[in-house]
Amino acid sequence: MTGQTLRPEEHFVETEPYYEPVGDEIEVFEAAWRNQLPVLLKGPTGCGKTRFMEHMAWRLKRPLITVSCHDDLTASDLVGRFLVAGGETVWVDGPLARAVRCGGICYLDEIVEARKDTTVVIHPLADDRRVLPMEKRGELLKAPPEFCLAISYNPGYQSVLKDLKQSTRQRFVALEFDYPEPELERRIVEKETGIEPELAERLVKFAHMTRNLKGSGLDEGASTRLLVQAAKLIVSGIPPVAACRAAVAQALTDDPEMLAAIHELSASLF
Amino acid sequence: MAAVPPPAARAPEGEPLSAAAIEARLDEHLDLVLSSRRTAAGPARELAAFSRAEQELVLRWVAVLAAAHAELAYQFASLAPRALRLMDEAGVEAWVRQAMDTYDGAGLYPAVAALREVEAFAERARARAAGLALEEVAGVLERYVRGLGGRPLKVEAGEAPWTDTETLHLPPVLGVLGDREGNFRLYKAMAVCLWAQCWFGTWRAPLVARLRGAGAEAAALYAALEALRLEARLARALPGARRELDALAAALAVAPWPEPWPEAARRLAAPEATAADSLELALAWAGRVAPPPPRPWEGPPRPEAVAATLEARLERERRTLRRELAALAEEQRGAVPDPVRLEAAPFALERIEDPAAPEGFTFRLELDGQPIEPPEEVRGLLTSIVQDLGEIPEEYLVPAGPGEYDAGAQPAGRDPRDVWKGMYHEEGAHLHDEWDYRRGHYRKRWCVLRELDVHPVRDGFVERTLRRHRGLVASLRRTFEALRGEDRLLRRQPEGEEVDIDALVEAYADAATGQEMTDRLFVRKRREERNIAVLFMVDMSGSTKGWINDAEREALVLLCESLETLGDRYAIYGFSGMTRKRCELYRIKRFDEPYSDEVRARISGIRPQDYTRMGVAIRHLTGMLREVEARTKLLVTLSDGKPDDFDGYRGTYGIEDTRMALVEARREGIHPFCITIDREARDYLPHLYGPANYVVVDEVRKLPFKVSDVYRKLTS
Repeated sequence: MTGQTLRPEEHFVETEPYYEPVGDEIEVFEAAWRNQLPVLLKGPTGCGKTRFMEHMAWRLKRPLITVSCHDDLTASDLVGRFLVAGGETVWVDGPLARAVRCGGICYLDEIVEARKDTTVVIHPLADDRRVLPMEKRGELLKAPPEFCLAISYNPGYQSVLKDLKQSTRQRFVALEFDYPEPELERRIVEKETGIEPELAERLVKFAHMTRNLKGSGLDEGASTRLLVQAAKLIVSGIPPVAACRAAVAQALTDDPEMLAAIHELSASLF
Repeated sequence: MAAVPPPAARAPEGEPLSAAAIEARLDEHLDLVLSSRRTAAGPARELAAFSRAEQELVLRWVAVLAAAHAELAYQFASLAPRALRLMDEAGVEAWVRQAMDTYDGAGLYPAVAALREVEAFAERARARAAGLALEEVAGVLERYVRGLGGRPLKVEAGEAPWTDTETLHLPPVLGVLGDREGNFRLYKAMAVCLWAQCWFGTWRAPLVARLRGAGAEAAALYAALEALRLEARLARALPGARRELDALAAALAVAPWPEPWPEAARRLAAPEATAADSLELALAWAGRVAPPPPRPWEGPPRPEAVAATLEARLERERRTLRRELAALAEEQRGAVPDPVRLEAAPFALERIEDPAAPEGFTFRLELDGQPIEPPEEVRGLLTSIVQDLGEIPEEYLVPAGPGEYDAGAQPAGRDPRDVWKGMYHEEGAHLHDEWDYRRGHYRKRWCVLRELDVHPVRDGFVERTLRRHRGLVASLRRTFEALRGEDRLLRRQPEGEEVDIDALVEAYADAATGQEMTDRLFVRKRREERNIAVLFMVDMSGSTKGWINDAEREALVLLCESLETLGDRYAIYGFSGMTRKRCELYRIKRFDEPYSDEVRARISGIRPQDYTRMGVAIRHLTGMLREVEARTKLLVTLSDGKPDDFDGYRGTYGIEDTRMALVEARREGIHPFCITIDREARDYLPHLYGPANYVVVDEVRKLPFKVSDVYRKLTS
């Protein structure tokens, strides 16, 4: 086995990523893309935002460049910088510039995590100008019609410091994501893992129990992603209660009382 | 004030004291309650038979109790021999502490009664040692039933397991099964069965109404039949919980109920069976079939208590729901509610099949024919109402008209001062524990603290201060501006926005001479963001009267000017009070308040009040700082002396409580710091704040400048 090196521009999603639409999000995204509008995905962690982006990249046949934002992400990390190589300075494009050049989809995950000044560089790209100013080179990079900018953010953690500025959010077409309805969520868990329908249904029920605890000690309930992980463990022969403890309870909290309560919930359910 | 008893002078180390020696020492503390007919001779005689360590334990606690009430100490001395025969030393201490807590909370007579129940206490302690106390698992059980779904249920101690549909009452200690794990299973079984009653419709309003008139026997039959029905429901919904019930029944050798119960169980196990079927059967059987003995996880039902809770809740939730719906309609339509349109009941509920729900369906809320996602509270209300009624009646969906908005709302806010007029009560106040070093234990809910506003005074004090210290203000502003988070260029970084030309030139030179070329060739801009929240706690005790008060106020004015330049979040509170029942915090500036005219007027309105009970103020402000999100949290105290209050809060007691409050603050990630003008402070401040966390300002005159200066040093 060897790792595969891919240039992001050439990273086309080849096979259809499994995605169950919850509403009309696919149509809305396509329409936004055709009209060259940027898109904002809102929703809790693990409810399928990133998967949705992969699916849309496949559907629109565009390369997908994902940047996970963090609090040290600077504007030049996105746009590009001069590097010294072999005694000369060379310009190297950042992921955003690369996505613009190749007309791909640039997906900035958890945008509120980035430094405030960073979010401002996407402003000219996100309105009808659709240009990326590259100050250091004294250039403007004009985005081709195929280019698409998408950002995501989780309104769940209500931190005063981590809020999206109005001037940023009002440039986007916003799509709201939430955990799917129980029936749909069961189908997703089943399809992703091949687990028995009966067990998938119990897992979804378990997820709802943890979501009941949101606000009484848990910041978030179990996400669909956690359920899929638990289901995978179960399919590989781990008993359901142990799988729920490892893949869900421990992932959700460190509080011993809460852990015990979640463990008892799964023990009652299976 | 009783101090720690002096070491016994009259007996050599380790030897038991004689009855006479004990009596002499008891007399010291019990003087007030002794008379010619009531002497300490009896207890002393009995205590003489115990070891020296046990005697010292009793004498130490007699001293501590006598500080609270001599009668309590006398009762303790008389009962102590019995307690020492029943329990080990730790047990005896627990018994005294419990009585002290009762004394703090309820007064002398209940405390004496608690002491007298020494046998019962010892019995409970034994059960606790072998079994499991509810308080150890209440948190887990509460979260467990919360996760199962439905209305949140509290867990409280009671005699037998029962519920009023809002609280699960479970026995305080379980020792039925040999080990903790087994006893926890039993607690869990009780909790899940009571939860099932609330969730699967045992206590529906119409059923409760019929059950109330039917008598105790019918109620017991109904409870037994419901237990059978719920077991079947649990088997379908929570198979794991059902397996645990069966395992418990086996472990406790619970005999199966005789006929006709198995027959009834079969009928009630049908998926379509409801609580109404159980009730029919119970009413039909009343007088003919004897109720079976309850299983260990079951207790007698209490329909009367349920009815009372239910009645209050139905009315409350109907009102709240209608109010919430009115707000929701307003929000969704983006307009003020139009009474005519509201009359037309714009909300509707659509039933959706959901086999997981207890009724087999859930609801979707619709507004003007469009489905909407109700907010969390509304969803909780709808669930709770369905739990009570099995449906949402039409009238519940009519949004409250504007006139009904206030119906059922909280009674109008009282002026906290009114508490001291008329009867004493603690409504609207915050209760805080206080540390008693003699007991090595907290006095529970001991201090009553209220937040009050400083009466703003507009007398030109702030303007005068600013004029007088014009030069100082300007220089403070400059120093603080320099502190403000600004972009800092970090040179010679391995990566960064720009090339560091100096580094590059050097690197070329290095390369030309054949040395290795460094990769640290970049300049990186980095904003050092200040993320500080600071709370200033200002001593407003009577001793600050005069020029100290003036200096404090001037210091605050300059400080606010400096902090405004800096942009740190800050709040200012004054503290004072008299006795534990009247601790006061004066709001001068809250965190979310701008430095306005009002705040300036409040600063100039700061006046000396009464005493300095520091612990409770620190505890309250710690709670406040906990809510603030900041990387660095500071609690700065401006004080002029030792903690001191009217009711014995002085000397070691006051210092130890303050120290404990500061320890608690540090545990919350808060840095306490103290600026004081007390010249003797060097004797006690290191003990309170630690060696480097205080500053003594020798001259009051320098205080205004010093406070800002200290703050600058502290945060840069």
